[in-house]
Amino acid sequence: MSKPFLSIENMTQTFPDGQGGTLTVFEDATFGIDKGEFVCILGHSGCGKSTIMNILAGLAEPTSGVVKMDGFEVSGPSLDRGVVFQNYSLLPWLSTLKNVTFGVKARYPDWSKAKVEAHAREYLAMVGLEGDVVHRKPSQLSGGMRQRVSIARAFANHPKLLLLDEPFGALDALTRGTIQDELLKIWGGTEQTVFMITHDIDEAILLADRILLMTNGPFARVAESVEITIPRPRNRTDIVEHPNYYAIRNHLVQFLGQRSKELAGQQSGGEPQSPTRVVIDKTGPAPDPEPTTKPQLRAVND
Amino acid sequence: MLDNLSTNQRAAVLSVVMLVVGLLIWEAAIPAQKAASELTEYERLTGGGAPKAGVPPPSQVLAKAWEQLSNPFYDAGPNDKGIGIQIGYSIYRVLTGYILAALIAIPLGFLIGMSQVAYKAFNPFIQVLRPISPLAWMPLALFIIQDSEASAIFVIFICSIWPMLINTAFGVAGVRQDWVNVARTHELNGIKTAFMVILPAAAPTIITGMRISIGIAWLVIVAAEMLVGGTGIGYYVWNEWNNLDLTSVIFSILMIGVVGMLLDSAFGFLQRAVTYAE
Repeated sequence: MSKPFLSIENMTQTFPDGQGGTLTVFEDATFGIDKGEFVCILGHSGCGKSTIMNILAGLAEPTSGVVKMDGFEVSGPSLDRGVVFQNYSLLPWLSTLKNVTFGVKARYPDWSKAKVEAHAREYLAMVGLEGDVVHRKPSQLSGGMRQRVSIARAFANHPKLLLLDEPFGALDALTRGTIQDELLKIWGGTEQTVFMITHDIDEAILLADRILLMTNGPFARVAESVEITIPRPRNRTDIVEHPNYYAIRNHLVQFLGQRSKELAGQQSGGEPQSPTRVVIDKTGPAPDPEPTTKPQLRAVND
Repeated sequence: MLDNLSTNQRAAVLSVVMLVVGLLIWEAAIPAQKAASELTEYERLTGGGAPKAGVPPPSQVLAKAWEQLSNPFYDAGPNDKGIGIQIGYSIYRVLTGYILAALIAIPLGFLIGMSQVAYKAFNPFIQVLRPISPLAWMPLALFIIQDSEASAIFVIFICSIWPMLINTAFGVAGVRQDWVNVARTHELNGIKTAFMVILPAAAPTIITGMRISIGIAWLVIVAAEMLVGGTGIGYYVWNEWNNLDLTSVIFSILMIGVVGMLLDSAFGFLQRAVTYAE
C-alpha cells in the first residue's frame, strides 16, 4: 500500500486542565488522505476537530506526532495549505477583490498587477461574484457572499490541501445549499484535495468521498472512515433517491447519537489509532475492492 | 416654516439664533461710558472722565478681528507682530514636538502591543509619567536644554506622546487573531504582516490616539508660550493682557479655538478615511 498524499501519524494533543494535570484531547490519531480526495470529519463539539484542523493548517503544534504531506513533514503555516475559516476572516478594510488579490499576490509574488487581478476576478466569478459587487467591502456583503469570497480566495491560491473549518456553519439553510453546490462545481474543476469539518450529516454525504467519524473526547479518536458510495456528479435532490443514501445516513446518525459516546474515553496504550474502514453499498454484489479489510457491511444496529 | 428644512439646516438656523442672541446680550451688558459733558463737576474732579478699562463689547472685538485678519503677517518689531505670524510660530512648535512624539510613540506602541513582556515592562513607567502635567517638565527642560524655544517643543513632545503610545499599543494588541491567522496562512513575513494586516487593523485606534494628542498639544502650547515668551499665540495673549488690551485678548482666545478646531477636524477627516466596518 502506497503512502497517502497527506498522512497524520500518532498525533496526540494534550492541554493543561487548569488543575495541574493534563487533558488529552486525542491520542495517537493516525489517518491519511489521498490526493484529490474530499474528506469530511464529523464529531461532537469538544472532540478535537478544530484542533486537528489548526494543526493541519500549521496554526498550532501537536503535543506529539507528525503530519506529512507529499512525504515531507510539515510545520508552521504555508501557502500549500489554504484555509477557509468559519467566520470568513476577510480583511474588512479591503474590498472583495482586494481580499482575493491579497492572497494571489502572496502566492505569486512575481505576477503582474493585471494578471493578479484577472486571476482573482476569474475565481470570484466562479462563485457568482461579478461586476460592481467586487468593489464592495465585506461589511456590505451578506454572510453567504462573504463566505463565497473566502472560498474564492482559498481556491485562487491553488493550495495542495484545502482546509475548510465549518465553512457553512453560520449560514442559513438555503444559502448553505447554494454555496455547497458552488463548492462542488469549483472543486470538480480542480481536483483539489479537501479536508473539511462539518456538523451537518447531509452536507457531508453530499460533498465527501469519505467521512471520518470521531468519538467524543477526552481521548477522542478517529474511529471510522465511511466511504460515500454514491457516484458523482451528485445533486442534492437526486442523491436522496440513491439506495445507499439512507443506509449511510443511518449509519452516521447511529454513530453520532450512540456509539460516539460508547467508544469514548478509550486510551490508546501507545498504539496508532487508525480508523476502521466502512463501506456501505446496497447497489448489488459489487466485488470488494480490498478483500482483506473488515466485512463489507458493518452492523449498523449494534 | 421650519418643517420642510433638513435636520442640518434646522441646526444651522438654531446656531445662528444662539450666536446673535448671545452677542446682543453681551453687547447690552456692557455699561456705556458716560460722556464728559454728562458728568457732575464732582465726578470730573475725582477722575470720572477718564475712560474705564472694561470688557469690550463684541462690536469692538469684531472690529479688532477685521483689522488683524486683514493684515495678519505684518512684523513691526518683537512686540508687534501680526496674528498670522504668532499662530504660525505656535503651529510650528506644536507640529515639531508632535511629529517627534509620533516617530517614537507609534513604533514603540507597536512593539508594546505585539509583546506581552514589553507591555508589562513598559506599563509602570507609562502609568507614572503619563499623569505629569507637561508644564511641570518645563524647569527641568529649560535647565537641561538651555533653550526656551526647544524647551517649549519638548513640552509638546512629552504631552503628546502618551495618548499615541497607549492607543497604538492598545490597537495593536487588539487586532483579531483571525486576521493574524490569515497573514500566517499566507506566509507573510513580519514586516508585511505589520504593514498589510496589523497597521490597517489598528489604524482607527492609532488615529484616535493621534487626535487626542494634537488636541492636548494645542492646549499646552498656549500655556508653554506664556512661560517661555517671545513669540507664539500664547505669548500674544499674555502680552496683550500686560498691555491691558482686552479686545485683543478676546480676539486671540477666539483664534486659539478656531485653530484647535481646524487641527481636530483634519484628524477627524483622517479617522474617517481609515475606519472600517466589520
